[in-house]
Amino acid sequence: MIASFSDIFSVGRLGTDGIVVILVKSVVIVLALATAAAYLTLAERKIAARVQLRIGPNRVGPMGLLQPAADAVKLLFKENAAPGGRDKLLYLAGPAIAGGAAIFAFAAIPVSGLTCVGGQTSGSGCAGGYALHWDLIHVNVSLLFVLAVTSVGVYSLFLGGYAANSKYSLLGGLRSSAQLISYEMAVAFALIGAVILAGSLDLEKIVLMQHDVWFVVLQPMAFLLYFTAALAETNRLPFDLPEAETELVAGYHTEYSSMRFGFYFLGEYINMVTVCSIATLVFLGGWLPLLPFIHSDWLGGLVGVGWFLAKVGALLFVMMWLRWTLPRFRYDRLMSFGWKVLLPLGLVNIVITGAIVGLRAS
Amino acid sequence: MLSDFAPILVFLAVCVAFGAGVQALASWFGPRRPSAAKDLPYECGIVPVESARRRFSVSFYVTAMLFIIFDVESIFLLPWATIVRQLKVFGVVEMGVFIAALLIGLIYVWAKGALRWD
Repeated sequence: MIASFSDIFSVGRLGTDGIVVILVKSVVIVLALATAAAYLTLAERKIAARVQLRIGPNRVGPMGLLQPAADAVKLLFKENAAPGGRDKLLYLAGPAIAGGAAIFAFAAIPVSGLTCVGGQTSGSGCAGGYALHWDLIHVNVSLLFVLAVTSVGVYSLFLGGYAANSKYSLLGGLRSSAQLISYEMAVAFALIGAVILAGSLDLEKIVLMQHDVWFVVLQPMAFLLYFTAALAETNRLPFDLPEAETELVAGYHTEYSSMRFGFYFLGEYINMVTVCSIATLVFLGGWLPLLPFIHSDWLGGLVGVGWFLAKVGALLFVMMWLRWTLPRFRYDRLMSFGWKVLLPLGLVNIVITGAIVGLRAS
Repeated sequence: MLSDFAPILVFLAVCVAFGAGVQALASWFGPRRPSAAKDLPYECGIVPVESARRRFSVSFYVTAMLFIIFDVESIFLLPWATIVRQLKVFGVVEMGVFIAALLIGLIYVWAKGALRWD
């Protein structure tokens, strides 16, 4: 007799999954994110080129599609040059945290809805089959988990900038950390508006609550606040002060080369994917379909993954588009924008949303 | 449930293996030609004077302090946000008072000039 799916997948159970499922999910997440980051660099260069009426990279492979591979190989063959007066441990910790925190945050992001392998979906559970969740750790505070882990990334900027013993690095690191922590509150306050509507910190539940109407419709201001703050969190233009080339050479990663620099780069692009994923899940209905006659649970949830990726891709395109549209903020204006505009607006949004939801319930 | 977080340990192992593997490859393939100039931090061609670890603007310190204060508040807001429906009027009034205190604090530091950069 053949063992059921749920028996095979549950061997060596940790949390909700068996050890084999966890390993497969982990490897898929790491490889998918590394590939996504590599191809985002190509997309960025292609879009930049189109905006500036150029063609962009088109030599390596058809339409330049192998360019990221060539870049990765080039980084591997570069010398790991490092300044003499550095703090050796912190110098290595910088890129490790940058890459690690970015990848780690993705563990709690569900890319599609619950899929029942070899069984029937019953309510929120799965009868007789294996309940496949499309995230690595299935916890009821996944939104909080993602926020907490992405904020660890600030250490990479500061430690990296401090450890290198270079003035440009130090200034870049200080600026970036001040900017990141200032905009982090704006991120949290913007998301709270949507959390009030959903009544949960579980990203899967937040998405399911948007079955009738996406939260971007009910919380347009929160969405704008979140997206603006997310641009600053990921050091994207118009908030790319940390790397203001004209003033700070390359900011906190001036003294990094080879794959150590590569990890900062990787972390930055993965963070872009993460913030766009959060925006998609919390405001744009996650894996829920745009067209009502296409169900997101077809093909075992893969159609849902498609919808999710399409929405994330659209947001990523907007991020790149903005980069070539808006000029860079001046540092003092950047800080006062965060503290004097985004923060009060976020609080007002919470008060209004909370009052409406709380008073309507009573 | 704490055990729901257990898969993170497996994920950690995979991430460390990936990171260490890539870095090992880079140091394996990369050339090693140290020189006196490469040992110096980059300063646009000028030989650096003094250590880079020196005093910096106090504004960064103030920003960090304000961050601690306001970020802790956002943690208080999150659990409230999930149950505001159950708390009804009581929850709205309580949080209204709390956020009013927060806003007054923000206005105070604003008026004190703690948010000024010059």
